[in-house]
Formats: sequence, structure tokens, C-alpha cells
Amino acid sequence: MRTITFSQAVNEAIAEELRRDPTVFLWGEDVAEAGTPFKVLSGLVEEFGPERIIDTPISEPGFVGMAVGAALTGTRPIVDLMFGDFLFLVMDQLCNQAAKQSYMSGGKLKVPMVLRTNLGATRRSAAQHSQSLQALVAHIPGLKVALPSSPREAKGLLKSAVRDDNPVVIFEDKLMYQAKGPVPEPEEEELIPFGQANRLQEGEDLSLVATSSMVQVAEEAAEGLRAEGYSADVIDVRTLVPLDEDTILASVRKTGRVIVLDEGHQSYGATAEIASRIADKAFYHLDAPVTRFGAWDVPVPFSPALEDQTVPDVARTVERALQLIRGEVARA
Amino acid sequence: MTARKTTRKTTKTARKAARKTVDSAGRTPEQLLEAYRQMVRIRAFEDNANELYLQAKMPGLTHMSSGQEASAVGVCEALDERDKITSTHRGHGHCVARGATFRPMFCELLGKEEGYCHGKGGSMHIADQENGNLGANAIVGGSTGIATGAAFSAKYLGTGGVAVCFLGDGALGQGILYEVMNMAALWKLPVIYACENNQYGEYTHIDEMLAGNMLERARAFGIEAEEVDGQDLLAVMAAADRAVARARAGEGATFLALKTYRYFGHHVGDINRSYYRTKEEEEHWKAERDPIPLFGEVLLERGIATAEELTAIGEAISREAEEAVEYALEAPYPPAEAARDHVYAS
Repeated sequence: MRTITFSQAVNEAIAEELRRDPTVFLWGEDVAEAGTPFKVLSGLVEEFGPERIIDTPISEPGFVGMAVGAALTGTRPIVDLMFGDFLFLVMDQLCNQAAKQSYMSGGKLKVPMVLRTNLGATRRSAAQHSQSLQALVAHIPGLKVALPSSPREAKGLLKSAVRDDNPVVIFEDKLMYQAKGPVPEPEEEELIPFGQANRLQEGEDLSLVATSSMVQVAEEAAEGLRAEGYSADVIDVRTLVPLDEDTILASVRKTGRVIVLDEGHQSYGATAEIASRIADKAFYHLDAPVTRFGAWDVPVPFSPALEDQTVPDVARTVERALQLIRGEVARA
Repeated sequence: MTARKTTRKTTKTARKAARKTVDSAGRTPEQLLEAYRQMVRIRAFEDNANELYLQAKMPGLTHMSSGQEASAVGVCEALDERDKITSTHRGHGHCVARGATFRPMFCELLGKEEGYCHGKGGSMHIADQENGNLGANAIVGGSTGIATGAAFSAKYLGTGGVAVCFLGDGALGQGILYEVMNMAALWKLPVIYACENNQYGEYTHIDEMLAGNMLERARAFGIEAEEVDGQDLLAVMAAADRAVARARAGEGATFLALKTYRYFGHHVGDINRSYYRTKEEEEHWKAERDPIPLFGEVLLERGIATAEELTAIGEAISREAEEAVEYALEAPYPPAEAARDHVYAS
């Protein structure tokens, strides 16, 4: 396997799908010559032309709504939403329109569209360019939600998203764009199916269930635990919708202890849903309370002195894991 | 639709207005007669839907389009099977005009399995998708993006189709309309914004909600804009023909301001309307500007139909509607477990 960046993996996935299927096109703000501010799409307009890599005006509700209409009528749009924070601008088109067309029509209409956007704080981008809003869309039936955690995942999940007949929101970790990792050669096409969590490490003492940016935190925390003589299961959730409950529950039933990590705000977040399902369905296997780590319930602050602590990190994850394993959890 | 309404005596003004556009739409007599039938079908559908609601046989809420038949039929008569429409919460008329039939429509209204949307849409999302109806949308302005996107894909795929976005004057207050009009103009998309200006957004007159002139809003984007008498079927048809021709020729979008009137309230329960419009105004529109007798008069004058024939059309459609209502009332509900189907396309 080659080693390429997350950004290159995304670019390859889009290019391969554009080559494969002429009904696929991509639009968004500064996606063509500019290749987005993150340069993820550089080179695509040169190969596919401005008819398929389309610069839109700065009109997020407009171009998301138009993508819904285009998807309803025989094309498969990939929409680039420059920052995850802009989801708030497109909520009606995404949640009232895209998500509900299949259902409201009794299954007669479908919306095969992909909304690519991003998540992740600690980039010193302050409160309106740093949010991780996956729970917001995962709450709406009719949308699928994918959260790649590595270059390989980014490519495989995005290719599956393009081929899905439903609206898929895929969140890329914008801090990971330059991260490198192994990805299969282009001729070895890999589609990562939705609804199958990925067990990255196998252990006995604790389960670390994580999404996207937090998978890296979980993996490093597992290493920290190893140094203390403990082993952890590390589960990459991959897709919040559909959620592979079985893999998560099997892991927790085995280890009896779990920390759930997601970079969205902790309250009412993705970690809450996963923790609740564990409490509901693996209660008698638990040896310790279920712990959730999400971002603090504060708007993301600008100052580095403030920002870093608001996101779950390795040190606190290891500390908490040791408490759970050693039975040192204080009873309130 | 009762026979009495069909043949109601029209006034001199109305006759004059009808004559003015009598030769402009270029349709055969049979096509004109069918357009008349379509308007009568809409009226009959709405009369029966209203009755179902008043008798508490219909769940939920509904919005009547009675009075607006000519805009729905006039625009849809300009379309063919390549074309798409999007509709609004006041969408029964568009659905009929695009070719839907009574039985699955009433079934949908009553939440029955045989409804066009298997009972999952109801009045506000009713649509015959196979006839190019991309759905009635209950968010004001909510389908403007969808219609414009459908126009984009028609152009992208080279289908030759056009997309019509039916919207009410209330939707002129929604920002997304201007975002998509901008892109429609930039990219010369084959889209028609058919704005049914019934002069009231819910319970408020347009003068209290719209600054400036609505046509100028479209023209600011370089979009062709035209004001049309929405009660004059032939005028609407002719304007829609021009817009469709422009769209198919690659000349881009058109905005049609179709001035019309809704006879009922915003929704069926909106009975006491005196705080926002007068009885006299309502009576004026019904007596002087009803699109059905106005167009019936044209058919009579041109010798396309006799008064007796028009009466017979009204009676036959009334019977058909009543039969469909009976059918829908007896039709089975979907099984409870169907609530979990269709959340995702399979």
C-alpha cells in the first residue's frame, strides 16, 4: 500500500467517481481553480472541466437546495460545504428537503447526494469555523453520516457515499488533511461499507469507542494504557448513521468498561447516543460507569491558551481509563 | 364544481378580457376543452376536500387553491413529459394540472395506502411523481432550490426538459429564492418561476410584506419577467409557452407574476377573514374574475362547446370526484409497520 495524505485520498476518491460515472459532478465555493482553501480539490477542474467542477456563488442554502433538485432528477451531486459550521445555513435544505424526500413521497423519490464538509477545533479559527456538528445531522432520519478517521477511511467512505442513493453528510477532520497513511493502490478499488465499525486494536480491559478526530486520541490513549500494563479495544465508529451497534456492544460486553469519544459538544451529542445504547443493551456486562468525552459545552474559543483544553485529549482519556479499570471512580 | 358555477353568467368586463387573448395560445379546440376540464377538476377536487375537512373526515390541515386554477393549468399545459414541477403547500391544483387522478389523490389526502405517497405525505406533500411532480413543499420557498437544481440537471444531462417552480407571493420573502435566481441567471438554467400572487401571505396582504416591485427583483438578475392575468387561462398559457420556449432554446430563466386570488382562507380553518380582507373583495373576485366561467365564455364564443356541454363536463367531473371520495373513504390505511419504510431509499 502507498502512503498518501488524507487530502490526496479525498481528491482521488472524487476523481475516480467522476471518471466512473458521468452523472457525478461537484460544486461549492472556490472548488475549481482554487481547489478549496484546504487545496483538497486541486487539479480536478483541470481534468474534468468547469462543467463538472463548478464554482458557485457564496450561497450555501441555494447550492445545497439545488443539489437536492439535481439529485432528484438523475444526477449525483457532491457538494462541498467549506466549513462544517455552515451547516446552520443549510439546515432547511438538508433536513427538511434532502432528508425527507424519500419518505414524504412514499419511496418514489430519492436524493443521491453527498455533502462533504469538515469538523475539528484547535486550528485557532474561533467559534464559527471550528465546530463538530455531526450529532446535529445524525439526529435527522433520512440522512446518513460518515466520519472518516484516516486517509484510507476518507477514500473508501467517500466512494461509498457517492454510490449511496441517500443524502450522505461526510465530515472530514480538517486538521487531518495533511496527515499521511496507507491507502490501497488506485487499481485496488476499496469501498468501505456504511454501518460497519472498525476495530483497530484488540484488548481486554477497556473499550475506547471513537469517531473521526478522536480515533487518533483513542489509539494513543490505548498505547498509554499499554505502558501501564492494560489493553484496550479501539473501535472506529465510521458512520454514526447507520450505527454499527453490534460491534460496539460486543466490545463492551467483553471489556466491561468503555469511554466514548467524539469531538462534538458533549451535551446531547453523539457520545450520549452511543453511551445510552450501551447502558440499555450491555448494562449487565458493565463493571464501571460509561464515560463520555466530547468537546466542552462552550463556543470554541480563539486563544490557544483557551482552545486546546476544550477538546478531549490523550492524557485525560488515559487518566479516566485507569480510574475505570482500577475501580477508582468516585461515587457521587 | 357544480353546473351552476360552470355556466355562471359572466360580466361584460370579463368577456372583454377573455376576448383579448382569445387567439394567443395556439391550441386545438380539443386541447382547450381539456384545459377547461382540468380547471373544473381542480375546483371539484378542492370542493370535495373542503367538504371532507368540514365533516371531520380528513385528518390534518389543508390549503385550498380554488380561484387559482388558471395559473396551475395554464402553466402545466405548456409542459411535456420531459419537464418537472415543484409545488407548494397549496398544491392540489398543480398536482391535478400535471396529470394526477382523483382516486390516489383523495387516498393521499385521507392518509390511505393507495395514496400517491402511500399516506406519508398528505395534503401538503401530495404529488404524482411519475408525472414529473417533484413534490408539494410545505416550507414557503422550500422548493425553489429543488426546481432550480432540476433545471440544472436537465441542462447537465441534456434532456431538453424545463423545471417549473410554483411559488406563492409569500415566498418572495425567502432569501434562498434570490440565491437560486442568481445561479439560474448565471448558468442560463431552463427554469420558470411561476409566482402565483394571490395577494396574501397567510393572513397578511402583500403590500405589507413586499417592498418594491416583484418583477424588478427578477430583472435585477437579468431574468425575463412578465406580469400575467392569472385568471385568464389563455394569457397564462401564452406566457408559459413563451417561457418554455426560452428555456428550451437555452435562453434561461423566466419569472411569471401570475396575479390571482384564493377563494378560501389560508387554510381550511381560516374562516373569519374580515381582519385581513373584505367580503366584498372576495365576492368581486368570485363574481367577476373566476377563471372557469371566464374561460367557459371563450369556449362558447368560439363555438368550441355549448353551454349544455360545459354543464355536462361539470356534472361528469363532479360525479367522478364524488366517486373517488367514496373510494378513498373505504380504502385501507397503510399497515402500522409501514411507518418505518422509505426513511432511506433502498
